[in-house]
Amino acid sequence: MTRRIDEAEVRHIAHLARLKLTEAEIARFGEQLGSILDYMQKLNEADTTRVEPTAHPLPVCNVFREDEPGAPMDVEKVLANAPDKVSTYFKVPKVLEQDSA
Amino acid sequence: MADSVTQEVEAALRRIKTLDPQLRCMIATLDQSAIARARVLDGESARGQQLGALHGRPVAVKDNICTDVGTTTCASRILAGFHAPYNAHVVERLLDDGAVVVGKTNMDEFAMGSSTENSGLFRSKNPWDPERVPGGSSGGSAAAVAARMVTLALGSETGGSVRQPASFCGVCGLKPSYGRVSRYGLVAFGSSLDQVGVIAADVKGVALLLRTIAGRDRRDATSVDEPVPDYVARLDEPVSKIRIGVAAEYFGEGLHAETRKAVEAAIELYQRLGAEVHEIRLPHAAYTIACYYIVCTAEASSNLARYDGVRYGHRTARPTDYIDLYSASREEGFGAEVKRRIMLGTYVLSSGYYDAYYLKALKVRTLIKDDFAEAFKKCDVIVSPTTPTPAFKFGEKTQNPLEMYLADIYNCAANLAGIPAISIPCGFTASGLPIGLQLMAPHFGEARLLQIASVFQHATDHHLQRPPIHAA
Repeated sequence: MTRRIDEAEVRHIAHLARLKLTEAEIARFGEQLGSILDYMQKLNEADTTRVEPTAHPLPVCNVFREDEPGAPMDVEKVLANAPDKVSTYFKVPKVLEQDSA
Repeated sequence: MADSVTQEVEAALRRIKTLDPQLRCMIATLDQSAIARARVLDGESARGQQLGALHGRPVAVKDNICTDVGTTTCASRILAGFHAPYNAHVVERLLDDGAVVVGKTNMDEFAMGSSTENSGLFRSKNPWDPERVPGGSSGGSAAAVAARMVTLALGSETGGSVRQPASFCGVCGLKPSYGRVSRYGLVAFGSSLDQVGVIAADVKGVALLLRTIAGRDRRDATSVDEPVPDYVARLDEPVSKIRIGVAAEYFGEGLHAETRKAVEAAIELYQRLGAEVHEIRLPHAAYTIACYYIVCTAEASSNLARYDGVRYGHRTARPTDYIDLYSASREEGFGAEVKRRIMLGTYVLSSGYYDAYYLKALKVRTLIKDDFAEAFKKCDVIVSPTTPTPAFKFGEKTQNPLEMYLADIYNCAANLAGIPAISIPCGFTASGLPIGLQLMAPHFGEARLLQIASVFQHATDHHLQRPPIHAA
């Protein structure tokens, strides 16, 4: 049974991933992802009843430090790679609508 | 000699200048800063200051590791011209020990790939046959060491990206245990899998580099407070009875005949040197690739969300609104493989699919991890080929992404389980292509792993062979 990812689904995923895919990419990824996900079905053969998930290969926990502020990075360095900036701010296109509070 | 470091560094830069036009290992050569650093080190030496363990050694660094000189691009157009504001922890450690960073090496974009063909910039060539890939994603580092531009390099692994190119290029490559080396300043791909790896011409070089970069770093909460053995001093300690584990699962179909022969010969050599061979099982080996590619792409989809054109990196020229700012910047800046993996990762984490794919993969990861824990009750190291075939030709595997993924079969398990693994040269095909032997050990077992690898290297000379394209 070949898993098929339809166009609507590909567009949805592309939007979630914030990728402005071309029509050709949507078609191509639909096919490629379909066949890759098909292969992933293999995992269903593995019996994982009562198996705990491993998110992290090492049993480390509670790695805390004292809640004390350190030295911040120099603002010039922070802004050094900015595509657009003004004073000590990153500059971006408008986010809020005209009549938002 | 008064300016010995300067001379050594200048020699390395000359070798790079001579060989790199053909091999294209380097994204950037750091001539000016390297010479300046060399002069400082010569000054320290002249004043009788204590010299670091890597005093004056030229080192190449994969371009996904932040250096505060030059650029850090991850071989991606989305980070073209990016100047990292700090050095990665591992770079600080190199500098503390007196090493000189001479170049940033080419790689698959954001470390996603197994051939360096996915670099957003250009292809690196295998010095053993320039029509073949050097492997990936640390292809530039492996090729640079193979050609002896440098004898020490840093790479990184998420799913075999140090061992596989080391195998293809006939050099040694180690992935440390997860948590052994700080990831601070290593650009994140799959955070539960990533480790900085070391590539060197021999096991001694690997031990030297690992000793320098290993250890706890408060800036990486996943780096562990485990003491760092003197890997170099321990290298030639007499090794007690070595028990070698061989898994039938790694010697099945798809294994190149000459690779099989060379690895079997290596196992026989270990036996002649006194090792015992034990059959072990890795019952969930067949699920490795599916598990790996779900986990790493899921993590990547999250880690690469930061490339949005806001604070750094490529920004699209005329965004229509803020969503378009992100979407168009990312579409323009990322290559095809990166986009594919982000899409896959987003899909497996999305509502309705999370349990079936991602959660399932995390449970299979437990099974894979447990397989190793069980196997290591019977053996000290698990031995296998590093790759199912020697280096393939450019374009051979780019038509079908899944085919490229399946070639990672022997490598990804160690990243999923977090155990250390090394590839060392163990022979050549009839046409002169290197073959790599992989050894895996239990968590934080690097000292013994390196000793066992060293035993093999004392008895063989594969690691001393030079490729057709190499420094004089």
